[in-house]
Amino acid sequence: MTDSFSTSLPAPDGSAPDGTATVPEPAFLDGNAAAGPLRELFTVDLTAAVGTCASCGDAGPLGGVRLFTQAPGLVGRCPGCEDVLFTLVRSERDTYLSMKGFTTLRFPTAG
Amino acid sequence: MALISRGFSGRPRSDEPDLPPGQYLTSDFPVLSAGPTPRVPLDTWAFTIVTEAGERHSWDWKAFRQLPAEDLTVDLHCVTRWSKLGTSWRGVSLDTLLEDVETAAEYAHVRSYGGYTTNLPLEDLLDGQAWIAFEYDGEDLAPEHGGPARLLVPHLYLWKSAKWVQGLILTPEDEPGFWETAGYHIYGDPWREQRYAGD
Repeated sequence: MTDSFSTSLPAPDGSAPDGTATVPEPAFLDGNAAAGPLRELFTVDLTAAVGTCASCGDAGPLGGVRLFTQAPGLVGRCPGCEDVLFTLVRSERDTYLSMKGFTTLRFPTAG
Repeated sequence: MALISRGFSGRPRSDEPDLPPGQYLTSDFPVLSAGPTPRVPLDTWAFTIVTEAGERHSWDWKAFRQLPAEDLTVDLHCVTRWSKLGTSWRGVSLDTLLEDVETAAEYAHVRSYGGYTTNLPLEDLLDGQAWIAFEYDGEDLAPEHGGPARLLVPHLYLWKSAKWVQGLILTPEDEPGFWETAGYHIYGDPWREQRYAGD
């Protein structure tokens, strides 16, 4: 038995460090599906912005993230390591955006 | 059923008396998940409680299943506004798991296989209010619903009932978990409609 308390994300072979097998579900969309909600917050099209994952260092367009929508908010995960890149929660009153899974977002300077 | 007007004062209520405000009744069991579904083999599964002093209490699947279990019928309330009434589960009470755990901590940080976390006061896990459930509707708990075992705390919104539960870290401070960090309420009482951080 293991009483390892590691909850980090799957290794490249698809197995998690704690020995569990994780199988990506079909229940995610590509990040382009976040274009509408993000356009309400930003004047640039963020789906073309190149984000760098703070967990694994992979870089790619925001439109390429794995977007989980059957959840209490939008959850964008890195297609490389599956760590959380961003969350977007919206109530009638407030919008909560966390981008803490990115070290940087790069997009062309306006003008 | 007689229709009873609740008048115009206060927040809008659900038409069903068993439903918290702002909820609607569903008969199916929607699957919500913030990420991929972990498949946890029983021969590597363990549930671990770590106290604020670093003391560890751990059960492998065999030891866990030898603990006294109980059948329970509870109502579920998801923060996405669906409620499902009269659901049948079998699980081990947190009173049993915490029986020999010495702690002065007031909060529990819940961790799951796959990385999900949530938080709640320790007292909400005690006195017959919470279970580690391993059967739903007479069947082994399916992975999409949190199997092999999930936390079940039905008096709080369902995001607190962590799927694929791996253990508890007992802490003196209330440390926000996944959805609590992302904008949801630190406690999440459906009857007080504590959905978002500012509610």
